[in-house]
Amino acid sequence: MKNTQDHSERLTWLLGPAVAALALLAWELVVRVTQLPAFILPAPGAVWGRLLIAVQDGTLLRHGLVTLQEVLLGLAIGVLAAALLGYWLARSPRWERLLAPFVVASQSVPIVAIAPLLVIWFGPGLLSKTLICALIVFFPILINTIVGLHSVPQELRDLMRSLQASRAQTFRLLELPAALPVFMGGLRIGATLSVIGAVVGELVGADRGLGFLINVGRGQYDTALVFVAVFALVALALSLYGLVVLAERRWLWWQQKSNPSSFSYGEQ
Amino acid sequence: MVSNAPLLSVEKVSASFADRNGQLAVLRNVSFSVPRGQFVCVLGPSGAGKSTLLRLLAGLLPASRGRILFAGQAVQGPQAGVGLVFQDANLMPWRTALDNVALPLELRNDPDAIDRAWDMLNLVGLRGFEQALPSELSGGMAQRVAIGRALVQDPQLLLLDEPFGSLDALTREKMGEELLRIWELEHKTVVMVTHDIHEALYLADRVLVLGRRPASIKLDMQVKLARPRKLAVRYSPAFGRMAARLRAAIEN
Repeated sequence: MKNTQDHSERLTWLLGPAVAALALLAWELVVRVTQLPAFILPAPGAVWGRLLIAVQDGTLLRHGLVTLQEVLLGLAIGVLAAALLGYWLARSPRWERLLAPFVVASQSVPIVAIAPLLVIWFGPGLLSKTLICALIVFFPILINTIVGLHSVPQELRDLMRSLQASRAQTFRLLELPAALPVFMGGLRIGATLSVIGAVVGELVGADRGLGFLINVGRGQYDTALVFVAVFALVALALSLYGLVVLAERRWLWWQQKSNPSSFSYGEQ
Repeated sequence: MVSNAPLLSVEKVSASFADRNGQLAVLRNVSFSVPRGQFVCVLGPSGAGKSTLLRLLAGLLPASRGRILFAGQAVQGPQAGVGLVFQDANLMPWRTALDNVALPLELRNDPDAIDRAWDMLNLVGLRGFEQALPSELSGGMAQRVAIGRALVQDPQLLLLDEPFGSLDALTREKMGEELLRIWELEHKTVVMVTHDIHEALYLADRVLVLGRRPASIKLDMQVKLARPRKLAVRYSPAFGRMAARLRAAIEN
């Protein structure tokens, strides 16, 4: 049994790169068979060449750093605001009932629709992008903070109460660790959403960033550049996700020991 | 200090709670007192309010009427000097066995928390499991950790809420023996809720029987069995007679 399991695990490991290679191959085939012009679908090789140029002339790094800055700032602000509000709401059921409909309603407004407004109000610079990121990150973090805090077992609350723990102690020793798994689940979603937020903002109005680069590529029929920017965005989102997973492994070691999650980088 | 005064006295306590259909009376006019060092078991049919009584004693719930005195002071909330063991071990899954036991001391910033927790784990028979997580412990071991956590702060009163309720019969007997062994070493005052007549008789100096809701005390029985007790005491005629009396009190 153990042997077959090892075997299938190795297969799973090989599967990722194999799928990627197949996709590249299919892409190359499509280009060759259909003879599509490069401004519609550039070949993988062409995209690779464009990537090297963008790396060498510093374009990719310059615009990538702008987007990274927006993403991280927006994520930080969104997470902080959502966690604080979530903690407060979880502690006051009346306010939670009162505010829940508004929070849900606010979430049903598509971020793409209000991004132009934010750019009009806060200018085409860093501020509007950061706000868009923060807004898009806010909801999943808020919900997961509240759900996480509600998941703290009542018996453990009773225990802390019977031990006369202060509110700060209850937070640090009970609520924080108990709510952390669900909170981190929200952070995984938030981290990738933040990248989307930044791109949306940049597409609406910006003079730098990976979203801006996509616009430039499109305008100049430099479709390979669009691909380069898209792949850079994917890499950025994946790295952020990976960082959250790493943090989870560090902070939730006690949980990984009993039930490792499969939504992470080749763990198992 | 007056050693004759009871450690705990419950005076005409009633408890009721708001539920969907208005007020639900759980306890009515319950009175008893527990002298220092006594091991008391509270028996009753399920839903009789045994756990409510224990939560009142722990100061986790307020009484609707009457009062509870602990060491001469009216109980108005959770207080130092009381150790609590819940039905499930109720351990923090992110803390090792050692850190779970150390928790009450850590809350009081005791610099010797870890050392004392270490000794306590030894006492409850878990040497070698200091670094184990709750998820790696069996039900009986987890409950030992919980007992260690309740005892580590050296409480005057130990409250146990069906502590072995979720364990299988054999582990349950073993844990009962283990609890007696620890109790004979530490000689705490104990109030333990259970629905198991044999467990109550085997462990306690005295058994209180609660009736149906709203419950009051239907029987207050001294258990005159010599200590230290062996498990075999369960098969003696005196044990059988007392068990029959308790069963009759619970059932009518």
